[in-house]
Amino acid sequence: MKRIGDGAATRIGLIALAVILTTLFLVIPLAGIFYQAFAEGMAPFWQNLTSTFTREAIGLTLLIALLTVPVNLIFGIFLAWLVTRFAFPGRRILQTLIDIPFAVSPVVAGLLYLLLYGRTGWLGSLLSEQDVQLMFSWPGMVLVTVFVTCPFVARELIPLMQAQGSAEEEAGVTLGAGGWTLFRRITLPNIRWALVYGVILTNARAIGEFGAVSVVSGSIRGETINLPLQVELLYQDYNTVGAFTSAALLAALAIVTLMIKAVLEWHTHRREKTA
Amino acid sequence: MSITVSDVSRRFGSTTALHPLSLEIKKGEMVGLLGPSGSGKTTLLRIIAGLEAPDSGSIHFGDRDVTRVHVRKRRVGFVFQHYALFRHMSVFENVAFGLRARPAGERPSNADIRDRVQHLLERVRLDELSKRLPAQLSGGQQQRVALARALAVEPEVLLLDEPFGALDARVRLELRRWLRHLHEEFGFTSVFVTHDQEEALELSDRVVVMSNGRIEQIDTPQALYRAPANRFVFSFLGETNRFGGDHQNGRLQQGEAWIAMARSDIAPNEVLLRPHELMLTTAPDERAHLPVRVDAVSPVGSDVRVELTADWMDTPWLASITHHDFDRLQPQRGDRFYVVPSRWHQFAPEMA
Repeated sequence: MKRIGDGAATRIGLIALAVILTTLFLVIPLAGIFYQAFAEGMAPFWQNLTSTFTREAIGLTLLIALLTVPVNLIFGIFLAWLVTRFAFPGRRILQTLIDIPFAVSPVVAGLLYLLLYGRTGWLGSLLSEQDVQLMFSWPGMVLVTVFVTCPFVARELIPLMQAQGSAEEEAGVTLGAGGWTLFRRITLPNIRWALVYGVILTNARAIGEFGAVSVVSGSIRGETINLPLQVELLYQDYNTVGAFTSAALLAALAIVTLMIKAVLEWHTHRREKTA
Repeated sequence: MSITVSDVSRRFGSTTALHPLSLEIKKGEMVGLLGPSGSGKTTLLRIIAGLEAPDSGSIHFGDRDVTRVHVRKRRVGFVFQHYALFRHMSVFENVAFGLRARPAGERPSNADIRDRVQHLLERVRLDELSKRLPAQLSGGQQQRVALARALAVEPEVLLLDEPFGALDARVRLELRRWLRHLHEEFGFTSVFVTHDQEEALELSDRVVVMSNGRIEQIDTPQALYRAPANRFVFSFLGETNRFGGDHQNGRLQQGEAWIAMARSDIAPNEVLLRPHELMLTTAPDERAHLPVRVDAVSPVGSDVRVELTADWMDTPWLASITHHDFDRLQPQRGDRFYVVPSRWHQFAPEMA
């Protein structure tokens, strides 16, 4: 049987189109980043990479990711467990609410937090009485990053846990297993790959987040500048090489993340095949 | 361990899954819960297990009231409809799970666990496959792992939800026989859910027939088949042919068709007939005048199944005749015969 697009001409045409578009929109810009970073040679690249501000931006970026990932890991498991294992009124609404951070523009999320936690905000004014300042400091940046990235883990887990159902857990209970044993020996092994996948996505977004953090950061050099903000700052200072050095670092992190993700996908696929 | 279910009821939202019902299961008995889907049989089983809580009523195991006892502590073996094997654990680890999950004080030593699991796997003839993952087993093998896993914790009550539903006919027959043997050897009390009347009748000491959240009849398979309590039980236990009509001059009449019979008070307008109670003849007699046309013939098995149609029927009839009669009459598709019933059944109309 001949299907649509089976002709040699159509096939070659479609493949060529895909290759051209990928090159134009993905490969050239990506290569451009690295080209710009090394435009003036190795020395300025290295200089920029090891400058105090860049090192501090790297440190802050890692700190944000380091705090965000565990929080959303636990939150995501908890939420997915709740939504897939229990029937309660409002379950569907909750499932929709999970997606809000995806649907809302990160800038809006940042503004929202500024409004709530700023010095004159509803919660912020209470906090400032206790001499706690969340906005224009790194804890605020962590807070908005947690908000922006909170759906990733839950989104990965919910469909999987729904498809797997609770029969295995029920079997575990009838055999006398307690809650923690159930989670550790039955639930967790069944969801572990989805969990790792969710963590990778959360991490990637936490490292790269710009919009929300830029609203709450206040751009204090050496204190509230993470890598994405650093890129913008340097670029506005006409330090092209510096900007692209940080950008190259982010791009490299993204590429590494994608590679880990690809390896995992390949691994899961192979597991499913042999299982 | 005997099981006593007293006035147990359950609602899910606005639907009533179980009307208050009571049931007494003796120690060592094997009881089948039989009914169509939505009859509440699985809900009842899950309430006995503790996987579902009843809205009212109580469950006793022996003298012990277990109504408020958590599943974990009820010590029941439960075999799930689709086995629910732990997919990432080997066959061995699946069976060992219940022993390993025990609190530190009661947990057998590793060597003990190995011996007991090994023994059980030999018992279910799976010792060769102990390192496999569940997905690498056939349906029948998975079912045996599920049974071994449930038996590993030495339950006094074994509950099975549609245990053979997903297996092909040959494997099902073999496993049924095998479960019967295990039951006799281990001496546990078992309750199983099925929608297959043949399975229920073959396997059970007593059968509980359910529909719409109510128990219709509890009886031994023989008693159930010989003396069904009502129309539902009769029609659920086997193929049923229906003849409906009006009484006129000692006949139940429908168009040109009639059966000679005295007017019955319980069911004046209807009789039910089993396929083996129908005889095919070439001429009507004084007992009945039921002209039919042969629609299909299936000469497979111990009897020949003949599908019959006629204008006076609301749904086609099924007759099962002996191979002897089949050879004598040679019914072909389109041939015309008369049916003479050897006996028939009448039940009070169902309450809506």
